[in-house]
Amino acid sequence: MKRRVVVTGLGATTPLGADVDSTWRALIAGKSGVRLLTEEWRELLPVHFAARVHTEPVDQMERVEMRRLDRSEQFALIASREAWKDAGSPDVDKERLGVVIASGIGGVITLLDQYDNLKEKGARGVSPHTVPMLMPNGPAANVGLELQAKAGVHTPVSACASGAEAIGYALEMIRSNRADVIVSGGVEAAIHQLPMAGFAAMKALSTRNDAPERASRPYDRDRDGFVLGEGGGILILEEYEHAKARGAKIYCELVGQGLSSDGYHIAAPDPEGSGVQRAIKFALADANLSTRDIVHLNAHATSTPAGDVAEANALRLALGADADHVAVSATKSMTGHLLGGAGAIESVFIVKALQERIAPPTINIENLDPAVTIDVVRDQARTLPAGQIAALNDSFGFGGHNVVLAFASI
Amino acid sequence: MALSAADVLAGLKEIVEEVAGVSASQIELEKNFTEDLDVDSLSMVEVVVAAEERFGVKIPDDAVTDLATVGDAVNFIVNAAK
Repeated sequence: MKRRVVVTGLGATTPLGADVDSTWRALIAGKSGVRLLTEEWRELLPVHFAARVHTEPVDQMERVEMRRLDRSEQFALIASREAWKDAGSPDVDKERLGVVIASGIGGVITLLDQYDNLKEKGARGVSPHTVPMLMPNGPAANVGLELQAKAGVHTPVSACASGAEAIGYALEMIRSNRADVIVSGGVEAAIHQLPMAGFAAMKALSTRNDAPERASRPYDRDRDGFVLGEGGGILILEEYEHAKARGAKIYCELVGQGLSSDGYHIAAPDPEGSGVQRAIKFALADANLSTRDIVHLNAHATSTPAGDVAEANALRLALGADADHVAVSATKSMTGHLLGGAGAIESVFIVKALQERIAPPTINIENLDPAVTIDVVRDQARTLPAGQIAALNDSFGFGGHNVVLAFASI
Repeated sequence: MALSAADVLAGLKEIVEEVAGVSASQIELEKNFTEDLDVDSLSMVEVVVAAEERFGVKIPDDAVTDLATVGDAVNFIVNAAK
């Protein structure tokens, strides 16, 4: 019999709040987490804003612990501690406990800071914590150490699809009987002049410096790129019988995943969107759902001119006439783009949406792009139907990675 | 320049507190870096680099392995500074 996987805990630190509850409240209220940067280096860049976390890690953890951790690792521990507590600190055999936490870029701020130390002070000036801080598996490894997880600690890397891929990997770990409980999700801490200059050089970032809070505008006719965000989201995934046996609070079921790759371009989306369509079909098949069952979708929609329309077209083709009853939310309009954290925090939002029966709004759409023919939840949050419902989260990454996760009420 | 053992101990207390978060009052001569003060091998490198800068001495890598306790480190630094 197939082992079913449910969500029993949530954690987050985001541009909208220090935890899941405050983030969710701001999200439903349509608040923007995007702000002007205060660092002097912003003047070197064509982009002067980003979506920093609402609450700095220094307010959430001990100083000595912080200095041995990259910012991405700090986010992972903060969100994982919240999620673990939310799940009721499950009593689980450590050999049946796993961690799958992704990041898109890893400890890039540590790497660049330590390079500055090297140039200034020589090799003796480089911290002995440099490598454990910059390795992309560092966030997963630190959470695994804290919880003494021994079923496996993993870090899938697929750019902006990483967070979703981590959750999908965790799903398979439980299904295949490698573990009963997994701490899964994604984090990112890349607000620094070098990655920002790199994204800006690709013309991927919005340059709406006169109105940062209005810059992330998925599906708007005048969108001009994404807004870099930071933070992360964590889900505690648990085998259904294990969760029931301990009387855990069960949010919903993670019912399936679909994976594909474009084979098209290193950064540009395939305008035909065939890879995205295949990932959706695979996810529905894996979840044993039909397009009729889907009532909500948290879109990747980063606010880039090409990406949003390619995705919307693919959704319309994959869902057909049933797209008419799928409330599509583009929450990056409020959080900015968390890169490797995006698929994770957006999965947290799906879980909350199924629990609260409400789809978050998409803000900043002044003029809906006429090429977008899906049902976008604009301006105000929207109530979702009662009864048995299901929702999708799609994530795509540079390199042509497509990941679709399917969640269902239980 | 000669350093007094008391000055070196006071300086080491500040360094270990900064690196490992152990309160200075707990840092005594007989305390073992690894077992008593939560200074692992990576953090020991930080302690050594900070001590070299602060006291103007050189602590070679092969000497570090012999510095089990705070007292060992104080003696080494006092002798090295003579």
